[in-house]
Amino acid sequence: MKNFKGGTLSWELVDGVVELALHRQPCNEIGSATLEELERFVDALVTLSGEAHALIIYSTLKAGFSAGADLRELYRRAQGMAPAERVAGVRQFLERIHRVANVLDASPLTTIAAVHGVTFGGGFELALTCDLIIADKLARFCFPELRLGLIPGFGGIPRLKRDLGNAVVRDLLLTGRSINATKALAVGLVSQLTAEGAALRVARSTAAQVRKFDRRTSEAAKKFIKPIPYEELRREIEIFCELFSRPAVEAGLRKFVESTDAQRYLP
Amino acid sequence: MRRTLKQTIDEILSLAATHFKVPKEQLTPEDDFFKKLGIDSLQALELLTRLENHFQVELPDYEMQGVTDFRTLAERIQTRL
Repeated sequence: MKNFKGGTLSWELVDGVVELALHRQPCNEIGSATLEELERFVDALVTLSGEAHALIIYSTLKAGFSAGADLRELYRRAQGMAPAERVAGVRQFLERIHRVANVLDASPLTTIAAVHGVTFGGGFELALTCDLIIADKLARFCFPELRLGLIPGFGGIPRLKRDLGNAVVRDLLLTGRSINATKALAVGLVSQLTAEGAALRVARSTAAQVRKFDRRTSEAAKKFIKPIPYEELRREIEIFCELFSRPAVEAGLRKFVESTDAQRYLP
Repeated sequence: MRRTLKQTIDEILSLAATHFKVPKEQLTPEDDFFKKLGIDSLQALELLTRLENHFQVELPDYEMQGVTDFRTLAERIQTRL
């Protein structure tokens, strides 16, 4: 399917570039509806890859690229479930989102996340599957999961560790603080910094540059330089599920969902 | 030369007025910026990023927790200049 318009995302193939647009209000929270459409997308990507050389993932929403997992849905679904059932549900979700992330990560296309605004948690993890992150200067990155008593669960730590020094990873993970795009560029997370509102334009221009090269060579170079940390990704799911069964997580989720605090996104 | 607190407050008010479309003369250092600018938690992150970019400092969000007025915000920025 070359074009698709869904409730949470859309894609189209334009001049050899697959563009995946996220558009679920308020800030592309990733819940079951987004997951289902992401699964449709990665299934379609197999065919699309034959006609494309690059993939761009971006958000059409002003608030940002993605605020991460849909915590409201996670909290609501867990209500009334026995602990074992709750963990089984979350494990199934993680297995599915990991499959999506692994397909994106291993895509033969050169993949670019064009990000702006909030790029938090699961949204950050989605960007990390890409080969390049191009950020507008108002982008902000964060792993706030520890305040919920969890670790990032969509493959974030192993992928961040693949790209950055362990000290930066620990800083982001253990303090839960967010960093801006300038800092992200300085530590090597972001490959290009753009003016406000220009990330998608720069990503398109980068995709046009990528097209000049032999596709097979790009594919071989990517495979050589971007190994997928499958073992650590599996371990991440286990640790997440282990932590998810604790009462502290339910309390943390409730606090976030029921909070009317103006600064509830701050760790 | 290092900015004074008064200069920092003035620059914050100018930046807030420009980007959140509120006349600067309506803003005072003691204002609650959430209420005065009519911003939510996601927009507060945008304000934080704009301030970091403008002053070229890093403002860890945990230091901003509980800060709601321009003056305190300016004082936190001063410690990073």
